[in-house]
Amino acid sequence: MNVSSSPHIRHKDTTGSMMMIVLLALLPATLFGIYNFGLRAALVIAVTVATCVGTEYIYERCMKLPITVKDYSAAVTGILLALNLPSTAPVWMCILGGIFAILVVKMLFGGVGQNVMNPALGARCFLLISFTARMTNFTYDGISGPTPLALLKEGGSLLDLNTFDMVVGRIPGTIGETSLIAIVIGAMILILFGIIDLRIPASYIISFVVFLILFGGHGLDGTFLTAHLAGGGLMLGAFFMATDYVTSPITPTGKILFGIFLGVMTVVFRIFGASAEGVSYAIILGNLLVPLIERVTLPKSFGKGGEKK
Amino acid sequence: MGVLTFKGGIHPYDGKDLSKDKPIKAVLPKGELVYPLSQHIGAPASPIVKKGDRVLVGQKIAEASGFVSAPIYATVSGTVKTIEPRRVVTGDAVNAIIVENDNLYEEVEYPKLKPYKEMTKEEIRELIKEAGIVGMGGAGFPTHVKLSPKEPEKIDHVIVNCAECEPYLTSDYRRMIEEPEKLVEGLKIALRLFDNAKGVLAVEDNKPDCIEKLRGCLAGESNIEVCSLKTKYPQGAERSLIYAVTNREVNSKMLPADVGCIVNNVDTVVAIYHAVVEGKPLMERIVTVTGDAIEDPRNFIVKVGTNYRELVDEAGGFKKKPVKIISGGPMMGFGIFDLDVPATKTSSALLCLTEDDVAKWEPTACIHCARCVDVCPARLVPAYLSDYAEHYDKEKFQKYDGMECCECGCCSFICPAKRSLAQSIKSMRKMILADRRKGV
Repeated sequence: MNVSSSPHIRHKDTTGSMMMIVLLALLPATLFGIYNFGLRAALVIAVTVATCVGTEYIYERCMKLPITVKDYSAAVTGILLALNLPSTAPVWMCILGGIFAILVVKMLFGGVGQNVMNPALGARCFLLISFTARMTNFTYDGISGPTPLALLKEGGSLLDLNTFDMVVGRIPGTIGETSLIAIVIGAMILILFGIIDLRIPASYIISFVVFLILFGGHGLDGTFLTAHLAGGGLMLGAFFMATDYVTSPITPTGKILFGIFLGVMTVVFRIFGASAEGVSYAIILGNLLVPLIERVTLPKSFGKGGEKK
Repeated sequence: MGVLTFKGGIHPYDGKDLSKDKPIKAVLPKGELVYPLSQHIGAPASPIVKKGDRVLVGQKIAEASGFVSAPIYATVSGTVKTIEPRRVVTGDAVNAIIVENDNLYEEVEYPKLKPYKEMTKEEIRELIKEAGIVGMGGAGFPTHVKLSPKEPEKIDHVIVNCAECEPYLTSDYRRMIEEPEKLVEGLKIALRLFDNAKGVLAVEDNKPDCIEKLRGCLAGESNIEVCSLKTKYPQGAERSLIYAVTNREVNSKMLPADVGCIVNNVDTVVAIYHAVVEGKPLMERIVTVTGDAIEDPRNFIVKVGTNYRELVDEAGGFKKKPVKIISGGPMMGFGIFDLDVPATKTSSALLCLTEDDVAKWEPTACIHCARCVDVCPARLVPAYLSDYAEHYDKEKFQKYDGMECCECGCCSFICPAKRSLAQSIKSMRKMILADRRKGV
């Protein structure tokens, strides 16, 4: 007869089953990426996923740790990293990024649940800083061209941008970031299955839009706002990266504060910074502030908030 | 007004269909009866019979040994075999009076009582105290103590906890369906103790038939209302219930009476009725015997002291091999390794499951998903509290309000990493409470 402390029943969701749903939710963006950028994108995805899962497995075997690859979190990291790479990324760079994500950002900090920053974003920033040219070499339909954001950064005209193409995703960019529609379908899957709630993405996007209107220099211009919402990594970042459990606050109000911080920082990096994109840096910076955010947003325990009238 | 409820909580599979539609059946015990002297919170009762004495049904066999204590009555007629430590559901050995049943069921003569409307408050309290009534929802806090707050005139709500939010349990449900008038009368008696209070029967909205029945019994009653609560675990936890009904918050340093509330369980209120109207002490309770391992899951009227094994036999025995047997509900009950324990005043259910969720999964690392934070009715951060508990960090544990935990188990239930959060938090709380008693 089994004996244990109560409760004696458990919810059916496990870390693995939740990561499976994240993989499912990433499927629309992944498939669209392959459709958009061709089989080269599929190669990038395959290589990063294999590298991430392989690195985790080999590290755990060597260190005689329990094997955790079956919780699919390494696979999620692999796909997220691939979706953040241009389809032209050389294979060696995919492998390097995958190893960096899992080995340096995740395993050296203690493995699943212990990493301080999002592994995929950590690796992306590492690659972006080390190999800037290769990481910003976007090719679309066989022609290399700047992303809408890069175009604006270089002083391009808003008239060159097509709102419809940006929403559908028929623009240059990283493999998974271009299609607003595919990302939103994935986000809906995450929300429907209760994997994420809207606190982080909504506060991120809303504060981003507000600050963009205030400091973007184009006011309420529709094309400009669309370019910033759909022409870069914002949506992918808001729904899939900022909501990463491990590196976002655990407290309800902390999530909102975190989202607002990301929104503000993204505007700062994009508008005032040197590079066109700012989502990755904003999220990584936010990740580092999580312990601090949690400390100031601890929920007031029941009955300690004073009597309600 | 929306549906009354609290923030947080979970929706586990409720399993109530197994037993809810079958009428309550009385069980007559066969073998020896075991009466643990500690079936309540407070000082154990002290025996007033000795080996060889003949006892009758309804005879007092152990006396309260303090204000926070409760007497115990024989539930069969027979001979006192011995007084010795016996194992109870928690796994501890507790001193118990053992009575050999002679199957004659000779009863003592119960006192003829005047109608309760003519009794003084003190007379009613005394009857409840003498009847050995304790909170029958599981905690076993002596009811007369609960009904004697410092300032009785400040009590404005006497709430009957009819939520029955524990999965699988249907004993309160059957009681409300079969004897709603006793419940209502019991509540009216409790209300006589508090001049400024109104009565509330708080029922979860998954039991619309109970709500209707109770409302039917209340025709013309202006001082009692039936509240429909959202179905969610732990709706029946005292603090969640008070919050749902009155919007007042109680923390660990307060008693419900501090916010003007007295909360009693369904069976407890029916026991008050038996004590004050019929003069009968607390001898029986309803026990749900259920689970997918049981042939014929249903509710029984069980005499205190009856062996659990007899209850399983009454329910047709096991149809499949049970892997886990729980005394009480699956969320807060005790896992037991031996059926050879007695039903006590606080035994609400015997749940026999063929699958053990806890053993099915290995705990893995916390992924910080915040589900435990979302479900915690005490609004704590269980992931961190359990971490502090595992590191014996008493200071941090208390700083992060670990003592406010109501031990409902929602965090362990929901955790996708299958961590036993509630378990480590509960043991830490026990240690800290022990320290406090020692004055450390």
